[in-house]
Amino acid sequence: MVGHSITTWAGGRPSAGAVRGVMADLLRRVAETADVAAFRELYQAYGPRVKAYMMRQGADAATAEDLAQETLLTVWRRAALYTQEKGSAATWIFAIARNLRIDRLRREVPWQELPREHEEAADELPADEVLSGKERQARVRAALAELPSEQHEVVVLSYIEGLSHGAIAARLGLPLGTVKSRMRIAYQKIRAALEDLQ
Amino acid sequence: MIITHHLDEATLMSFAAGSLPAALAAVAAAHTAMCARCRREVAMLEGVGEALVSELAPAPLERAELPARLPAASHQARRREPGDSDVPWPVARLVAGGLDAVRWRWLGPGVWDRPLALAGAGKLRLLKVAPGRNVPEHGHGGAEITLVLRGSFRDGTGRYHRGDVADLDETVAHQPIAEAGDDCICLVASEQPEQWRGLMARQWLRLRRL
Repeated sequence: MVGHSITTWAGGRPSAGAVRGVMADLLRRVAETADVAAFRELYQAYGPRVKAYMMRQGADAATAEDLAQETLLTVWRRAALYTQEKGSAATWIFAIARNLRIDRLRREVPWQELPREHEEAADELPADEVLSGKERQARVRAALAELPSEQHEVVVLSYIEGLSHGAIAARLGLPLGTVKSRMRIAYQKIRAALEDLQ
Repeated sequence: MIITHHLDEATLMSFAAGSLPAALAAVAAAHTAMCARCRREVAMLEGVGEALVSELAPAPLERAELPARLPAASHQARRREPGDSDVPWPVARLVAGGLDAVRWRWLGPGVWDRPLALAGAGKLRLLKVAPGRNVPEHGHGGAEITLVLRGSFRDGTGRYHRGDVADLDETVAHQPIAEAGDDCICLVASEQPEQWRGLMARQWLRLRRL
């Protein structure tokens, strides 16, 4: 899994860091001036990834396309709540896509609020975390890339295929405890990679 | 409120991924609403989701152009429904009127519950235990998460006060006892029905069937 994050964005091969910087900038333009051209770029960069995510979660192509469009249109509607200082633009898009997937594909209540959705939650991140949002995401990617495949696998099955611990255990033919302990170790490694940023 | 018992790391990761069974996710959300530490962890773990999604091979859109009409932008942050002070906001609408308005179901001496309706996997309920009373020892057929909303309890794994969660997996058998003071009221999610052990538990089950 090493070194192939965001390689095909907008047809070129910009570095992942450059893409994230561009993303944050696009989202800022959408937020501040309802800039349709900026939103179009965001839509065309992120829509296909969100569609891929929805398909891995079990949606057929047409449903996945609808959910990808709805995710991005939610970004458009809610962009004014996003502020660049408050972390990664793409993390916010992930949370919107995840909640939409729970709501539509599972027909369950997405229990989690979206980041910054509520007034009371808006000022919660401490300043040092705010400043280091991009650095944090770079480290998360690096830590993920370094996970042994058996740990990476359970993380992917949880996030991308939407499987519960029990379903992962059944899929891999492993005891439930093994799945959870692999996940905990992966978590601890990612956490450790961010430690000095806390 | 000082929280000393947090969600298990595997639970937090599955919660942020959106893959925790519904009942467990409801309790995880309720705890997270009360716990700044777990909120920060979830934010970090959402970053993991972003990193993984960005690694997916893009699936080209059939409708690559923007819709002709974009929806109106909203500039207003939503206001949370003001919940009962004892009930964390994510589950406030499941406990209409707050904890003092719950219609309890008697289960046995000093023990009551109230199942909460929920779409999706697992069972969610409120449990009320009088001071000094215990809930019969039980193991778990799957994960169970218990969040203290009022009062406190202790078991072999420690003491739990408001905001604390006991996030136990199927390998743990435990026998919580409510501590002195208020009735202990908890929000409990279980993946599977509890497996009750021992004579007292069987009597308790008979009572429950009446």
